[in-house]
Amino acid sequence: MAHGPAKGIGRWLFATNHKDIGTMYLWFSFSMFLLGGAFAMIIRAELFAPGMQLIKPEFFNQMTTMHGLIMVFGAIMPSFVGLANWMIPLQIGAPDMALPRMNNLSFWILPFGFALLASTLFMEGGAPNFGWTFYAPLSTTYAPDTVNFFIFGVHIIGASSIMGSINIIATVLNLRAPGMTMMKLPLFVWTWLITAFLLVAVMPVLAGAVTMMLMDINFGTSFFDAAGGGDPVLFQHIFWFFGHPEVYIIILPAFGVISEIIPTFSRKPLFGYSSMVYATSAIAFLSFIVWAHHMFTTGMPIAGELYFMYATMLIAVPTGVKVFNWITTMFKGSLTFETPMLFAIAVVILFTFGGFTGLMLAVAPADIQYHDSYFVVGHFHYVMVAGAVFSMSGAIYYWLPKWSGKMYDETMGKVQFWVAFVGFNIAFIPQHFLGLAGMPRRYADYALQFSDWNMVSSIGAFMYGAAQLMFLYNVVRTIVAGKPTSEEKTWEGAQGLEWTLPTPAPFHTFSTPPEVK
Amino acid sequence: MPINATQKITLKLVVAAIGMFVFAVFLMPPLYDVFCELTGIGGKTKGQYEGAAVAVDVEREIKIQFVATNNGAMPWEFSPLDYQIRVHPGEKTAVEFYAKNPTSRDMVAQAIPNITPNNAAEFFHKTECFCFNKQELKAGEEANMGLVFIVDPKLPASVTTITLSYTLFDVTEATAAEVATTN
Repeated sequence: MAHGPAKGIGRWLFATNHKDIGTMYLWFSFSMFLLGGAFAMIIRAELFAPGMQLIKPEFFNQMTTMHGLIMVFGAIMPSFVGLANWMIPLQIGAPDMALPRMNNLSFWILPFGFALLASTLFMEGGAPNFGWTFYAPLSTTYAPDTVNFFIFGVHIIGASSIMGSINIIATVLNLRAPGMTMMKLPLFVWTWLITAFLLVAVMPVLAGAVTMMLMDINFGTSFFDAAGGGDPVLFQHIFWFFGHPEVYIIILPAFGVISEIIPTFSRKPLFGYSSMVYATSAIAFLSFIVWAHHMFTTGMPIAGELYFMYATMLIAVPTGVKVFNWITTMFKGSLTFETPMLFAIAVVILFTFGGFTGLMLAVAPADIQYHDSYFVVGHFHYVMVAGAVFSMSGAIYYWLPKWSGKMYDETMGKVQFWVAFVGFNIAFIPQHFLGLAGMPRRYADYALQFSDWNMVSSIGAFMYGAAQLMFLYNVVRTIVAGKPTSEEKTWEGAQGLEWTLPTPAPFHTFSTPPEVK
Repeated sequence: MPINATQKITLKLVVAAIGMFVFAVFLMPPLYDVFCELTGIGGKTKGQYEGAAVAVDVEREIKIQFVATNNGAMPWEFSPLDYQIRVHPGEKTAVEFYAKNPTSRDMVAQAIPNITPNNAAEFFHKTECFCFNKQELKAGEEANMGLVFIVDPKLPASVTTITLSYTLFDVTEATAAEVATTN
């Protein structure tokens, strides 16, 4: 039983322990986050002032593309898989994930996928430059030759995601402790279970889209080539059939994290648990039938525009239920504001803001104006960064003491939060103004009247970037020199199986299943 | 080999994932085509019309506009002889497009039609069209390409103008590759 971790590099290469694999996922995704962040800094540095200062327009296009791809597929998605690996077995009382060897494989192919993708930066023709949405024929007929590396990279990343999801579903359905019924599952587990089903359904569609690109480029087919009877708009339908569920894949686990943190620091159980579960399921279902709201400008019949407009607005209802429940959980609670709680509250406020701009974009006639402007960039950074990344930061502060047995420095944590919060808003609020004033996205240069807000946005972005280095410092410092803690419950109001374990969490946990009443 | 619950769910999910891949690659494109054809979305015209002759509705006059565009770096000169004509629904009308290959190499082109407004697409019948085939022009050669069409009298009353747009694609390389593989 007392079977400790293996020594040396073998512990990581042949890892089957969910905690080790979770740790690797988290560090890998953080390194991708820094890489994608570096690209963002290059973009904002170039946009600091009008005219071309630092880089060439061709390279700028590569930066916007790689920033999007790395952040979505390399930073946010694997970070939540890492969190799932760490927390799902601990929260449902399982000894490990259901498929530990597949778990190892799904992690270890990731570095190769991203090596393929990132290696294009050093090749002739440069990295992919067609935007992270890689619309055909820009990504087929007009793409650099390196597009093939991008395609195989996406295949590998997709395979990793699918394996990770299968593992999570098998774990949640089969390895729950006795008495842990479905409606007793912590919400983080619930949201991940639903996310995993979304991933199994749509990652193959993404693989299909890039496979069709591969065929069009190399084997003379005409899926997306009008000259041969294909249709470029078909690409957009297939891409967004994947792409819209994808945004919920990113945000649902973040909702789960928030639903864990807020009750803890409100010292109250989560308000409306079952409505949270149903709202999550409703959002997941709706995500499959609204994709064409990304395509209002492709020339849709009026009936199509109306349908996709109303269906999209419908998503605000279950999302509103969630926001209502979080606020009601806090209502009359004994609130304290430790760093994880600050991040959680920021998510509730900023995500709601991003949700409202989403509603504005859902209005088909108005979208014609907003489409492909900086308003859209501002909108999706409010949901991706202030939704997913903020909740991830909160999750790390929340569970790091349990993982490492060391307490982070509360003051440093709060300072990092405020720098991130202020920097984020300075970076992205002005982008809404720029978009409404008519600044298009994905350009290396802009007209003079956009100068001021772009400068403000860049300053905010540098601030937010600095906050991430502070975050890295806080995490490393906690692990190396944090104040040791052995309290089982790090947080006074915390509920759930993970807080019944010793701190730091031993290498093997729940070898005999706990009894859940 | 008896399989346990974990293997069972894994197997199901793997099958589901493969199924979604097959759905995306093999079903979505044809379904999309069928959907567009049924609804007329995308302004795609149908192939050759072989319907019976219909009575000409002399009461009504429809304005037909022709647009000719070169795709990408296609170097051909390409334009309709008449940019705008008026026809009665049911009337068989012939028009011509002019094309010239000004380059010093033999080229093959494919014209892709599109109808605006979308809901007129299914009422615009072509009995003959240069877009049904690839067009080959030798270096410096020019040609007039024919189109014969009938506007269906069932055309919705709200439509008074139909714009037929052709985009000309350079398919020289693709055609050469086809010839090479079939020979």
